[in-house]
Amino acid sequence: MKRIFETTLALAAMALAASTAHAADITGAGSSFVEPIMSRWSADYNKITGDRVNYQPNGSGAGIAAIKAGTVDFGASDQPLGSAELAAAGLAQFPVVIGGILPVVNIAGVAPGALHFSGALLADVLMGRITKWNDPAIVKLNRGVKLPDAAITVVHRADGSGTTFNLTHYLAQVSPAWKAGPGEGKTVNWPAASIGGKQNAGVAQAVKQTANSIGYVEYAYVVENKMTYALVSNADGRFVMPNAASFGAAAARAPWDRASDFNLVMTNAPGPKAWPITATTFVLVYKHPQAEKAASSAAAMKFFRWALAKGTAQAAALNYVALPPALVGRVNSYVTANIK
Amino acid sequence: MDATALPVPRPVAAHAESPLPARRLSDGGGDRVFAGITRTAAWGVFLLLIGIAGSMFWGGRQAFQTFGLHFLISDAWDVGRDQYGALIPIFGTLASSAIAMLIAVPTSFGIAVFLAEVAPRWVRSPIAIAVELLAAVPSIVYGMWGLFFFAPVMSARVEPWLIAHVGPLPILGPLFQGAPIGIGMLTAGIILAIMIIPFISSVMRDVFQAIPPALRESAFALGATPWEVVRRVTLPHTRSAVVGAVFLGLGRALGETMAVTFVIGNSFNFSKSLLAPGNSIASAIANEFAEAEGLHRSALIAIGFLLFVVTFIVLAIAKLMLARLSRTEGRAA
Amino acid sequence: MIIAPGLLARRKTVNVIALIAATATTVFGLFWLAWILWTTFSQGAAALSPRLFTEMTPPPGSEGGLLNALFGSFVMVALGVVIGTPIGVLAGTYLAEYGRASKLANTIRFVNDILLSAPSILIGLFVYELVVAQQGHYSALAGGIALAIILIPVVVRTSDEALRLVPNQMREAALALGVPQWKVTTRIIYRAGVTGIMTGILLAVARISGETAPLLFTALGNQYWSADLNAPMANIPTAIYNYANAPQDEAHVLAWAGAFVITAFVLLLNIVVRFFLRTRTPR
Repeated sequence: MKRIFETTLALAAMALAASTAHAADITGAGSSFVEPIMSRWSADYNKITGDRVNYQPNGSGAGIAAIKAGTVDFGASDQPLGSAELAAAGLAQFPVVIGGILPVVNIAGVAPGALHFSGALLADVLMGRITKWNDPAIVKLNRGVKLPDAAITVVHRADGSGTTFNLTHYLAQVSPAWKAGPGEGKTVNWPAASIGGKQNAGVAQAVKQTANSIGYVEYAYVVENKMTYALVSNADGRFVMPNAASFGAAAARAPWDRASDFNLVMTNAPGPKAWPITATTFVLVYKHPQAEKAASSAAAMKFFRWALAKGTAQAAALNYVALPPALVGRVNSYVTANIK
Repeated sequence: MDATALPVPRPVAAHAESPLPARRLSDGGGDRVFAGITRTAAWGVFLLLIGIAGSMFWGGRQAFQTFGLHFLISDAWDVGRDQYGALIPIFGTLASSAIAMLIAVPTSFGIAVFLAEVAPRWVRSPIAIAVELLAAVPSIVYGMWGLFFFAPVMSARVEPWLIAHVGPLPILGPLFQGAPIGIGMLTAGIILAIMIIPFISSVMRDVFQAIPPALRESAFALGATPWEVVRRVTLPHTRSAVVGAVFLGLGRALGETMAVTFVIGNSFNFSKSLLAPGNSIASAIANEFAEAEGLHRSALIAIGFLLFVVTFIVLAIAKLMLARLSRTEGRAA
Repeated sequence: MIIAPGLLARRKTVNVIALIAATATTVFGLFWLAWILWTTFSQGAAALSPRLFTEMTPPPGSEGGLLNALFGSFVMVALGVVIGTPIGVLAGTYLAEYGRASKLANTIRFVNDILLSAPSILIGLFVYELVVAQQGHYSALAGGIALAIILIPVVVRTSDEALRLVPNQMREAALALGVPQWKVTTRIIYRAGVTGIMTGILLAVARISGETAPLLFTALGNQYWSADLNAPMANIPTAIYNYANAPQDEAHVLAWAGAFVITAFVLLLNIVVRFFLRTRTPR
C-alpha cells in the first residue's frame, strides 16, 4: 500500500514537472469544421518547436464568444465577422483552410455522383417545395437515373453549425424562394417532416438509415465514409466533381480583394471548374493583445504562419484544401499590417 | 431536536475500580460546531440552487421581456426571424420523461424485489453491481449507441410492429402513427429509462435490504408469501426512501442532455405521435447554445430557467399527492 | 389456523406471478446492459491495447492512446468528489439528524430535488460565468467545481435517506450512554448508514465521470498532457465527443474504446469500494 502511494506520488511529481518543462501553451476554440486539420497541424508543429497549440471544437459561436471574452488565444469561426464588429472587439480575422460541402442521398440504385441538382432545385428540395423523387423537375436534370416514386425525407443539422450557414448562404444566393423562406444562418427553419442529426456524424447516420433521404455533410465525411453524394451545378452552369481541384478553383476565383478583413463567404464562386458550395474557416485573434496574453498570442500567430506556409500536405491528406498561394500572400500582408 | 438543547452531563464521580474519564463541558461546544457545519452545508445547497436559477433567470430576461407570457404557450422557433416559444421543448421534456418513468419505475421495482426476495444470496452482489454498471456508461455513449445501434433496430423492427398493431387501436392509436424513422420521442424515452433504472433500483435495493430482519421474519412467521411481505411490510416501511429513489430518477430524466440529443430528432414541430421527432429543453440548449447569439441565446437560457419551473411544479404535484396518500393511511409523511 | 383453500391457492399464484415478473424485469434490465457493453467492447476492441494507456490523444491519421484524457478525467472526478462529498454528506446529515421534518428541512429537500434535475449544460454555463469568465481562462479546477455541483444533490438525497433509515434505537441508546450528539452522528450513525451513503457517492461518481456538457464550458479539453489545474485539461467524455464526430473510422474506434475503459473503471471502483465496506462493517 505504501509502495503504491509512493509510486503514485512519484508519477504525479514527474507529471507536474513534465507539464512545466515546455514552450508556449496556446489555447484556441471554435468551429468543429477545422478540428481535424488543427489537431494535425498542432501535433506536427509541436514536434518541430515544442509549442503546444490546444484547439477544442466547441462551435463557432462559442469560439467567437471565447475570444471576445479573452478566455482563449484565438477563435475559429465558419462565419466571418463584419469589419465593424471586429473593430469594436479589437480583433483581426483571416481564413486558414478550405473545405467543401456536399449533398448526400440514400436512394436505391443511385450511385455516387450520379444525381444532378441545380442550385435552385436543391433549394426547392431542401425547403420541402418538391416532395417526391420522381418530380418532373428532378427527372429533367437526371434523364439517365431511375428515380423512385417516393417521398423525400430531408435531413439537416440539428445543432447550430457553420456548415449549415455556408450551405444556406449558397441557397439564398441561388434561390429567391429560399432567401425569402428559411434564409441563411447557422440554424434555419426546415420543413416540418425533416429530421435533425447531431453533427456530421448524426446527419450521415440518419441519411444512411432512412431510405429516400437527402442531407448535407462535409467533404471529408463523404470520402471517409464512402457516402453517395450528388453533384450541384456551379455559377457557370457546369457540373464538376467535388475534390481538391474544384474547391481550390473556387478559392482562387473568389473576390478576396473586395473583402475587407476577409469578410467573404465564397459559396457560388465564379469559374467553370469551381465547386459551388465551398467554405472556409476564419481565425480570430487580437490585434493588440493585453500584456499577459501577448506572448501566447504572438506564439499563436507564429503557428498560423507556419501552417499556411508549410501545412499544405497535411490539409490535402485530411481532405481539406490549403489556401492558394495568392491568398496566403494576402493573409501574410494583412497579418503584418494589423497584428502587433 | 436542536443540539444546543441537550443537557450537558456533569462530570461523573469516578468509581474506585473503573474510573470513567471526566466529561468535558466543551463537548457541548462540539455539538454546536458540528450542528453549525451541517446547517451551513444545507444552506449552501439551498443557495446553490438560488444562484443557478437566478443566473438562468438573469440570462433569460431579454427573452422574457421580449415575449412576455406568450413565450410559455408559443410553439414558434424561428432563428432567422428571432421568434421563440417554449411550448415544444417543455412538452418534449415532459413526454420523454413520462415515457422513461413509465418504463423505469416498474422495472427498477422489479429488480429490487428480485434482489431482495428471489435471488439466492451469492448472485445478489454481482447482479446489483451489474445494474449499477448501467449508471457508469457515459451519457454520450448512450447517445452514440442509441443513434448507431438502437435506432436502426427501432426503425426496422419495433416501430413498424407498433404502427401496424397499435396504430389502429382507438385511444393509443394516434400515439403510434407516422414513418418509422427510428429516432424520435419514443426512442429517447426508452433510452432515458435505461439510464435512470440504475439510480432508482440501487437506492430501492439498498433500502429493501436495510429493513430490520425482525419485521420481515415476523411477517413470514405469520404465513405471508414473499410478495405479500414486499407489499405489506417492506414497501410501507421504506415508502419515503422509495419515493426518494423515484425522484432521483425523475430528476435525471428531466435534465438529461447528451443521450436525448442524439436520438430525439431535434425537430421544433408539434406532433401527437410518439414516433415523430421532437425536442426537449436540455437537448435544444445543447444543440443550439454554442452557436447562439443575442435573443436566441437568451431564449435558450430562458427555457433552461423554465426547466427549473417545470421541475418545481412536477415535484410539488407529486409531493401533494403523496401527502394526501399518507394522510388517508393515517401516517405522518 | 384454517384458511380457505381457494384463498391460499390464489395468494400463492399471485406470489409466483409477482416473483416471475420481478425476475423478468431483471432480465430486461440486464439485457440492455449486455447489449450496450457488448457494443462498446466490440466497437472499441481494435483500440484496446496497452498503447491506450501510454500514449496521448492523437490527431487524425496518427495512432495514439487516451492517457491524458484518462488522467484528466481521474483528476477532475476526484476534485468533484473531494469538493462535493463533504458538502453533500453534511447537508444530508443536517436534513436527517437536525432538520428532520421541519419546514426548513423539507424546503431544502425540495430545493435539492430541483437541483437534481438541472441539465448538466446549465451547470457548466453557471460555472463558466462564475469561474472561467472571472479567471480569464478555462481550467480543470472549474471542471471539478462543475462536477461537484452535479454530484452534490445526489449525495444529499441518498445520505438523507440512508441516515433516516438507521433505527432510532441506536441514537437513543448512544445518547443514553452519554455520547455527545455529534459523536453519535459521526461515530455511530455514519457507520450504520455507510452502505447507503456509499451507494449515493458511487452513483454520483458514475454519473459525473461520463458528463460531457459541463466540461465543454469549463475544462474545455486538451490535445496534450497537462497536470495544471489552472489550464484546460483533457478528459474522456470530451475526447469521446470529439472522436465520435470526426470523419475517420480510427477516431470512432478510439471513442468506443474510451467509453469501454471509463465504464470498466467505474465498475472496478464499485467492486473495490463494496469489498472494503463488506470487510469493515459486517452485517
